[in-house]
Amino acid sequence: MADHLLEVRNLSVDFHTASGVVHAVRNISYHLDRGETLAILGESGSGKSVSSSAIMNLIDMPPGKITSGEILLDGKDLFKMNAEQRREVNGRRIAMIFQDPLSHLNPVYTVGWQMREALKTHGISSTQAQNEALRLFKRVALPDPERALDKYPHEFSGGQRQRVMIAMALALKPDLLIADEPTTALDVTVQAEVLALLKELQRETGMGVLIITHDLGVVSEVADRVVVMEKGQLVESGTVREVYHNPQHAYTKKLISAAPGKGEMHEPEASGDAILSVKDARKFYGGFEALKGVSFDLKAGETVAVVGESGSGKSTLARILLRLEEADGGTAKWKGKDLFTMSPGDLFKLRRDLQMVFQDPTQSLNPRMTVYQLISEAWVIHPEILPKAKWRERVAELLGQVGLSAEHMGRYPHQFSGGQRQRIAIARALALEPQLIVCDEAVSALDVSVQAQVITLLDKLRKEMGIAFIFIAHDLPLVRDFADYVMVMQKGEVVEFGTVAQVFDNPQKPYTQALLAASLDPDPDVQAANRNARLATAS
Amino acid sequence: MLRFIRKRALASLISLIGLLVMVFFLSRLTGDPASLFLPVEASAEMKAEFRALHGLDQPLLVQFGQYVGNVVTGDLGESLRKARPALDVVLEAFTWTLWLAVITMTLVTVCAIVVGSLAAFRTGGFFDRFSSMLSLIGASVPDFWLAIVAIVIFAIQLSWLPTSGTGTLTHWILPICVLFVRPFGIIVQVVRGSMISALSSAYVKTARAKGVKSGPIIFVHALRNAMLPVITVIGDQAASLLNGAVVIETIFGFPGVGKLMIDSILQRDFNVVLAAILVTAFAIFLMNLVIDLAYALLDPRIRY
Amino acid sequence: MTMAIQSTHTPKETVAEEPSAIVRMARMLWADKFALCAAIFLVFVIVMAIIGPTWLDELATKQNLRGRNLAPFMFDREWYMWLGADALGRPLWPRIIVATQNTMMVAAGAVVISAIIGTLLGLIAGFASERVSQVIMRLADVIMSFPSLLVAVIVLYILGSSILNLMLVLAITRIPVYLRTTRAEVLEIRQRMFVQAARVMGASSKRILFRHILPVVIPTLTTLMTLDFAYVMLAESALSFLGIGIQPPEITWGLMISQGRQYLTNAWWLSFWPGLAIILTTLSLNLLSNWLRIALDPVQRWRLEMKGPKHG
Repeated sequence: MADHLLEVRNLSVDFHTASGVVHAVRNISYHLDRGETLAILGESGSGKSVSSSAIMNLIDMPPGKITSGEILLDGKDLFKMNAEQRREVNGRRIAMIFQDPLSHLNPVYTVGWQMREALKTHGISSTQAQNEALRLFKRVALPDPERALDKYPHEFSGGQRQRVMIAMALALKPDLLIADEPTTALDVTVQAEVLALLKELQRETGMGVLIITHDLGVVSEVADRVVVMEKGQLVESGTVREVYHNPQHAYTKKLISAAPGKGEMHEPEASGDAILSVKDARKFYGGFEALKGVSFDLKAGETVAVVGESGSGKSTLARILLRLEEADGGTAKWKGKDLFTMSPGDLFKLRRDLQMVFQDPTQSLNPRMTVYQLISEAWVIHPEILPKAKWRERVAELLGQVGLSAEHMGRYPHQFSGGQRQRIAIARALALEPQLIVCDEAVSALDVSVQAQVITLLDKLRKEMGIAFIFIAHDLPLVRDFADYVMVMQKGEVVEFGTVAQVFDNPQKPYTQALLAASLDPDPDVQAANRNARLATAS
Repeated sequence: MLRFIRKRALASLISLIGLLVMVFFLSRLTGDPASLFLPVEASAEMKAEFRALHGLDQPLLVQFGQYVGNVVTGDLGESLRKARPALDVVLEAFTWTLWLAVITMTLVTVCAIVVGSLAAFRTGGFFDRFSSMLSLIGASVPDFWLAIVAIVIFAIQLSWLPTSGTGTLTHWILPICVLFVRPFGIIVQVVRGSMISALSSAYVKTARAKGVKSGPIIFVHALRNAMLPVITVIGDQAASLLNGAVVIETIFGFPGVGKLMIDSILQRDFNVVLAAILVTAFAIFLMNLVIDLAYALLDPRIRY
Repeated sequence: MTMAIQSTHTPKETVAEEPSAIVRMARMLWADKFALCAAIFLVFVIVMAIIGPTWLDELATKQNLRGRNLAPFMFDREWYMWLGADALGRPLWPRIIVATQNTMMVAAGAVVISAIIGTLLGLIAGFASERVSQVIMRLADVIMSFPSLLVAVIVLYILGSSILNLMLVLAITRIPVYLRTTRAEVLEIRQRMFVQAARVMGASSKRILFRHILPVVIPTLTTLMTLDFAYVMLAESALSFLGIGIQPPEITWGLMISQGRQYLTNAWWLSFWPGLAIILTTLSLNLLSNWLRIALDPVQRWRLEMKGPKHG
């Protein structure tokens, strides 16, 4: 049997935790050759990053413990090496890049220093390290590479920081690059660029790439083969095309069907007058204009999706509509009354009609309140809604509506999973019987399959209760199945506004087209076609 | 940068003025120096003459006005007790205190950083548990009690070191050792906590993935990031030493500024009290400035 | 890696309800043996502080010239002589127990007063307008820059030293600690999402401050108070040691050390035992404060729970 570049055999890792021993991965095996890209696909809790941590010797023991298996690099077992030999392998033979490059770069040293350290650690002289660092910065296309070397991580944008990480990882021409969710925190257009760079560099150096991701789109864009993980077990493996078109395991099927952007598109049906009419809304932060005059109308029971990348002003729009911040210009008529200039008394009444669901339920639910307290707080503040005697009954009813059960009432938020927490947050918003709910990236922090469930829930609420939604997201496919209208924003301005069908099938503005082109399709064939089309237009 | 220094100086000046006002009026409530400095049988005229001589017969507000006027021109008045300029008396004592504080804090800082970092590197290990217990005990011991015990053991029983006074280098050993204990105990705990979170941070993971050795990971990557909260605590501890370690100075007969302040209050030598406050406050202001600069030096994200 | 851990300890529908708060705290205390010892010792100290003076006052003040500076560990004598006796032949054991009440009362009083005032000012400074906040912070700066022993000496000199005055003086010097901590926490917490969520629901400032922000600050303050109790105790004994704190015939541990100082050469135990009482109490408070910091933090709590008896 010929040696693979990397082979993981029967690896099992345990962690000792609060609730006893957790089998983070159980008996997993996979292999990777030079020039090949293998994706490990899984959701949070699947243990998809554990094997790579084991490869890099990054598992803290205790609480972690490798209970079985071997990891062969060119036929040599890493677990049989001593600490010094493992250290020598890291960086030289195997390199790694991470999600969230800001926290993975040391904030107090210049990126040039960190580059040189990577080289010098493995015996390269100072002057040579300096030259190499410069060459690599040029290679990953960082603007003004000479000066970039003397800058600190916080002085770069997210995409540039990931380029720095890539340059650092490739410093010693490793045989294997492990990329752990390398584009998750990035805007879609930046994600496309970073992935393209990775592929290019792989072609140049012939390294093997192990990419860990939760995103089917990323898999279809870069990987040759894929292994799917669920709860620490490897449930399916094969070429990307095989797995997508002919999934064997139930979990893989569920993942593929949960990928957004394939359902029927809505046609707006609502009629009548607008309940919310925003005209020329503006917001300044110092001299910076975050919103440059945004206008739109919303009818009862209708959903407007606001889509844009970071810095587009979409969250600012939500915050001024809910008066978490004051607008600096324009009007927003809620049933005829301008909510930007409303008196505190009117505003208090308005709170009942207008609610918000935040991005991260871990942070938007007070950790020291029980579910009952969290939901019933609405009625403490607005006692006219419901007499106290009925609170328990109504909380139970609301929990039922969002798919939780009444016995969860006495629990604290940290006892729930991410998706369950977001349901609690939705139940809390419903307690006030609002007519409009603003969802600020309400599903972005959730797993794909959970995302789908929450979207289904919101869709049900809309149909049953006629609630209108302003749905803010950075991801276009996500809003495709849910929204009536799409408003694309860039740098504080509305770029394009139209029905879902108009925007998706026939985008007018180049920015919208770029956004659509950059979002990755889970189908490898579609994605390959998209890519070729993009390359064709680029050249 | 200059604007920042000016802003800090202004804020310090405001609190310094508040401090002076309070001490000036409060200290005068403690009683009349005339009855303390003149013999008991002194006549009323003699007392009146004494008060007039030192300007103590004026209304309090007038006295305060005069005092402030003098301070602005750099004149901090005379010491009643020693019949010398108050500033000279204070500076002499402050030099002793400054040396004591500088030596002690240097030792504390170096030892605490090394011990705390090593404890954090192997959390839960023997060294960690040992040093944690040691630092907790250190932070719990009253310094005057420790001074007494140290004197009993090293000066009285073993006769290795002098009990009190100044003069030779050996006179410094006991005060420094005793003053070392509490700040050491406190700072080790801060270093340890701060290092634990720095060592579990993402950039340390990157460094390990790059193949960096353990030494540089602890002392180059993690330590510099962990230093910010540590520096704050070092500053607090140093400030309390600069204010004079009254009790220790008393026990060891060490002529520092803390002992001087208390003695001067008890003897109603108001000018010396005020001068001592001005001098220590200025020293602490300078030290805080240095600490702010150290922040900026350690962390490029901090800019003034 | 961390994700794997999270998913498995966030219970799904099947996991039982959490036990009540008291049971859980007891379990966590049991898990940390140092903190357990500290807690037991502190309970003992508190009991002694309450019953000590009525129980042993007579014994503690009875002079016995034949037992002057009696050495400790004379186990053939009565139990109260085991730690020796002072210069007037008064037995040390009962004296230390009687002194507990004053020592504890001064420290507890000072901590409670400074915590309440400091926290309230901190809440105001963190939530009110920039101007109000600046005034409060400058005031705190003045107190902070004041050498605290000096202020104590001056004030006690003017007002005379009584237990109440001592309490007040020590309280004043500690107010800035609570003020700054509370303000810093409030400034951070008011930016958090759940506070924003409460505002979206229309919650009043009062409700946000006391229902959402204060409960999050309280664990920090509890930890701080435990730590500060130890600090204030040391400060009180230093003052009493210098002769400007509690005056005889009242006694505190600090004063006892001071009284024993002149007999250092021939009767070390006069100062040693009360010092040991101070150390043990301070140490217990420090240990308990370290435990509280973890036990009161829902995110860190599992560290204690995982060491405890397995359940669920």
